[in-house]
Parts: sequence; structure tokens; C-alpha cells
Amino acid sequence: MEQASHIFSYKTLGLVLGALLILTGVTVGASYIDLGWINVWIALVIASTKASLVLVVFMHMKSAGKSVVVSFLSTVFFLAVMIGFIFWDVAFR
Amino acid sequence: MPGKPDQTGNKLGMWLFLYTEIILFGALFVLYAVYFSWYTQDFILGAKVLDLGFGVINTIILLVSSFLVAASITAVQKNQRNIALAALAGALVCGAVFLVNKYFEWGHKIETGIYPGSEKLLDGPAPQNLFFGLYYVVTGLHGIHIVIGMVLLAVSFGLVFCRKITAANDAVLDNCGLYWHLVDLIWIFIFPLFYLVV
Repeated sequence: MEQASHIFSYKTLGLVLGALLILTGVTVGASYIDLGWINVWIALVIASTKASLVLVVFMHMKSAGKSVVVSFLSTVFFLAVMIGFIFWDVAFR
Repeated sequence: MPGKPDQTGNKLGMWLFLYTEIILFGALFVLYAVYFSWYTQDFILGAKVLDLGFGVINTIILLVSSFLVAASITAVQKNQRNIALAALAGALVCGAVFLVNKYFEWGHKIETGIYPGSEKLLDGPAPQNLFFGLYYVVTGLHGIHIVIGMVLLAVSFGLVFCRKITAANDAVLDNCGLYWHLVDLIWIFIFPLFYLVV
């Protein structure tokens, strides 16, 4: 079995938790600085970074196999198409 | 190979289900995003009413619980059964505290007349009614997911306790863990969208 290779040590998991907590602090701090519309994008970029950490480390995305990685990215792509087309529609009404 | 669990199949099946959850919440986020772009000022006023403290504490609680669930999988792989049980119990406590916080948060809103169909919202500006409508739908749906996730974690706890989940056969724990992480993942986006757009 290809076990063992895909488990993360407690230390790695702890470091990721630390990073997630720090990023939470950063996103809260950034919300107090008024940058107009950029604020939303900063919040979304930080949230996406946190999500990636959870996906790759906590959810073992890397060792889950190609089928999971490809299907997950396809889902994200579909979501992006949905968001893109809806905003496209809304913008030209 | 008879007798051996199909690990890739087990995992892919769970992920396929998680994709439907991503699209479900994704659609709600799009709804929020479009209304936010139309009624930015009203949504900012709405977000100011939300208690940032509750949002931050619940974010920390869910991140810690996700860490504990990931640690329980590592512990099972290392045959450290007691650590796995303690981690799962800790994650369950986190889930419960999250729900208690939500109870107080919602309770306070409802007391001040902010709830779906309340006079205050119906008589106020329509976009703010939209904001709080979305707030209750999205955080409510997420709360239901927390409850389901806690049931799955409790089942995993029982199976680890009965030695039914072991290093060689941990697909159930893996998949319950995936569900819990997804619930955390969704909160990672709910938090800035509702609490931080001030």
C-alpha cells in the first residue's frame, strides 16, 4: 500500500494551522484599511490562499490521485464560468 | 484484488459529492456577489450590524477543528488510537461551541428585530432586507452542514473506538474528514463576504 507517504506529521499540520490563523488576522486587519473596491479582492485572495492550504494539506489533495485533482479543477473552472457568465449577463442588462 | 478496499474509488466518490456542495454554495455566493455589486453601500451598512467578534472566534474554532480532524487521520495512520480519539472529541467540541456561538449571534439579531420577514427589515431599505435574507440562508445552510459534519465525526469517533477504523482501513474517517474540511472551506469564504465588507 502507498500509505505512510501521504500522511502529514503533526508538526506540518500545526504549521499550516498557524499560517491559517495568521492569514485570518491579516484579512481582519486589512478590512480596517479603506482601499475602496480593492478591499474585496484582498479578502478574496486571502480566502483563496487559506482554502488552498486546507485543500492541499488537510484534505490530502496532493496524494488523492489525478482523478481527484482534475475533477476538482474542473469544478472550479465550472464555478468560474458560472460566475463569469452571470456577471456578464448582469453587466449588459 | 478481492478484499482490499478501493481507496481511489472511495475517495473519488466523496469528492464528487463535495463538488455538488461547492456548486450549491457557489450559487449562493454568486447571488450575494451580484447584489453586493448593485447595492454596495447597503450591504456595507448591513455588514456593520454583524458582530465581527463572533465571526473571528468562529473562524478560529473551525480552523482548529479542521486541524484536529487532520491530526486524527495522522494518528490513526501511526496507530495512536488515543490521540485520534482525543482529536476527534476536540473537533466535536469545536463544532458544538461554533453552534452555541451561532445561537447567541442569531438570538441577538432576532431580539433587535432583524430576522426574515420582520417589520424592521420589511419597512427598511429593500437591499438591507436582501443582505440579511442572504445572511440567514447562507449561515443557516452552513449551520446545518456543521450539524451533519458533527454526526459524521461522532460516527468516526465510535468506529475508531471500536477499532473498526484502523491504519489499513481508514476510508470512513478520511471521507468524514473531507466533509468537515469542506464545511471549514465554505466558512473561509462566508467570513470575509459577510463580516469583512465594512
